[in-house]
Amino acid sequence: MVEFLQFTLSGIVFGMIYAAIALSLVLIWRGTRMLNFAQGGMAMFTTFIAIEVIYKTGSYWAGFAVALAAGVVLGALTELIVIRPTAGKPELNSVIVTIGLLIGLEGLAGILFGAQYRSFPSAFSVTGIHLGRTPLGITRADLFVVGAVLVSTLLLAVLFRFTTAGLRMRAAAFNATVARLSGIRVGRVLTVGWALAGLLGALAGLLVSPSTFLYPASMDSIFVYGFTAAVLGGLDSPAGGVAGGLILGVGLSYVSGYLGSNFTSIVAMGLLILVLMLRPAGIFSGASLRRV
Amino acid sequence: MRRVLAAIALTAVIAVIASIQLNSYRDFQIAQIAVDVTAVAGLTVLTGLSGQISLGHGGFMAIGAYTTALLLIHLNWPFIVVLLVSGVITAAAGAIVGMAAARLSGPYLAGATLLFGVALPSFAYAYQGVFGGDQGLTVVFTAPAFLGASFPLTRWQAWVATATALVTLTLLASLSRSRVGRNWRAVRDDEVAAALAGINVAATRVLAFVVSAACAGLAGSLLAVVTALVAPTDFTLTISITLLTAAVLGGLGTLPGAIWGSLVVVLLQPYITDVATSHGLSASVGANIPIAVYGLVLIVVMLVFPQGLQGALRKLFTGFAAAPARHSPHQKEEGTQ
Repeated sequence: MVEFLQFTLSGIVFGMIYAAIALSLVLIWRGTRMLNFAQGGMAMFTTFIAIEVIYKTGSYWAGFAVALAAGVVLGALTELIVIRPTAGKPELNSVIVTIGLLIGLEGLAGILFGAQYRSFPSAFSVTGIHLGRTPLGITRADLFVVGAVLVSTLLLAVLFRFTTAGLRMRAAAFNATVARLSGIRVGRVLTVGWALAGLLGALAGLLVSPSTFLYPASMDSIFVYGFTAAVLGGLDSPAGGVAGGLILGVGLSYVSGYLGSNFTSIVAMGLLILVLMLRPAGIFSGASLRRV
Repeated sequence: MRRVLAAIALTAVIAVIASIQLNSYRDFQIAQIAVDVTAVAGLTVLTGLSGQISLGHGGFMAIGAYTTALLLIHLNWPFIVVLLVSGVITAAAGAIVGMAAARLSGPYLAGATLLFGVALPSFAYAYQGVFGGDQGLTVVFTAPAFLGASFPLTRWQAWVATATALVTLTLLASLSRSRVGRNWRAVRDDEVAAALAGINVAATRVLAFVVSAACAGLAGSLLAVVTALVAPTDFTLTISITLLTAAVLGGLGTLPGAIWGSLVVVLLQPYITDVATSHGLSASVGANIPIAVYGLVLIVVMLVFPQGLQGALRKLFTGFAAAPARHSPHQKEEGTQ
């Protein structure tokens, strides 16, 4: 029973990280009908920037802030330089371009920062928290992970729901042509969307790296789980993305705990194929006619 | 078709002469190029002709390679049989993935195949007793006795790989000119129109995955005997993306492009690494430069000349001819979008 509780709690922690990646994918998907396959690679790169800053300044929070800023800049630049020219082209083109960006960033990180595994510090203590005398299998650092993702999700929800900028973004995602006719600069809105996605991705990279080590390909599997989470929740729905992340995180934690960690990606693959075949618009959707 | 056969025969002669003239390292490179051509040709047909992308072709290569290793170790069948069986088994895996993929469009398909490619190597860790885990499986492959004891193994490997690659290219060329190839293009350009014309869209898409996976399986099988070792680290995401880079650079949907792309990818990598290390850069930096270059190539080709090298060559040679140039598949695709 204690074991089950521990697997559940650690599943929630990882689930929040998948949720952050899923949210960043949903943000871009809603605006551009595009999947950013470089999201994990960008997160890896900004986390490397963080580790360098932490090493130079000795302050975790300086690295944290610089990485988030780098995520914003990287997201915006990506949209402006390589994504905008693919508008109106076959959708395969943008897929291939973001794949190019992923492998390009991984190569560049290997050149600049080295290919060896590096440990990444966490913000808070990693000693386990006890409930009475029962170890819960989670730490203060884990609580920070959950809190950070929850806060940024809430901020995003507030941004979308209650601000003019959010209204513009929703309008541009709903119908770009109509939005443009009503005076919204859709191009700028898309850039902001990519910047926000870059921010979320950078946050996910900072949060996951203490438990996975950091190396050029370290975000590959985190990214595919984030993608799976986004598809579970339906790529259009931010709330679905968070729920998908939590379901996947807890589910994979049981798989890893009871079957062994080698089975997590296999189970995730089976789950993804199942969802895509049975409920392509996400597990929370009703009967849907939309072709994916 | 006659021109195709002539080109294939010419390539075979060049490869045989080169393999005899050059040293064993060059023979190894010829074999590597042939392995890449086999896999890239299948991928370029899948993506360029049937319009479906795969970021998991490394996974199919892994299936072919492990099948070959297991068959050679446990049953010791003749290699030609092992090669064909590896192709068939990988084709079956391609049918399963293809059936899941037939309903998916671009980004979803890319993500699903990406997960396939990332997840598949973990079977090797999950069932260590069968697949040898991290260590992988060692493959013993020898040149046949009638060639004499002094016949270099690398040359035999180069011959076997080149022969397989050329047969694969010939089959794919005739397939893409047949009814099957026309159906692939029709489904790629306009699904609804293809369905109205009586084409079974789902079956056509699945068939493309089967053919493409079979090619990757053959390539994996060749890779197993060329490198003599099958380990999960051979089949990372980087392999899948390298194959995609070669296909995109050569020109998606063109078989000669598969050759140009593979030549560049295989020959560029040691060249860049050599230049980097001779300029005093560390080995790890040298190994990462080609990866960064692949990324740059994918972006630049897609944004600037999506028809790739074969498209550029075709433009160069037909630019002054009076007859209108034959459209490359990709131009058609853009024209209809």
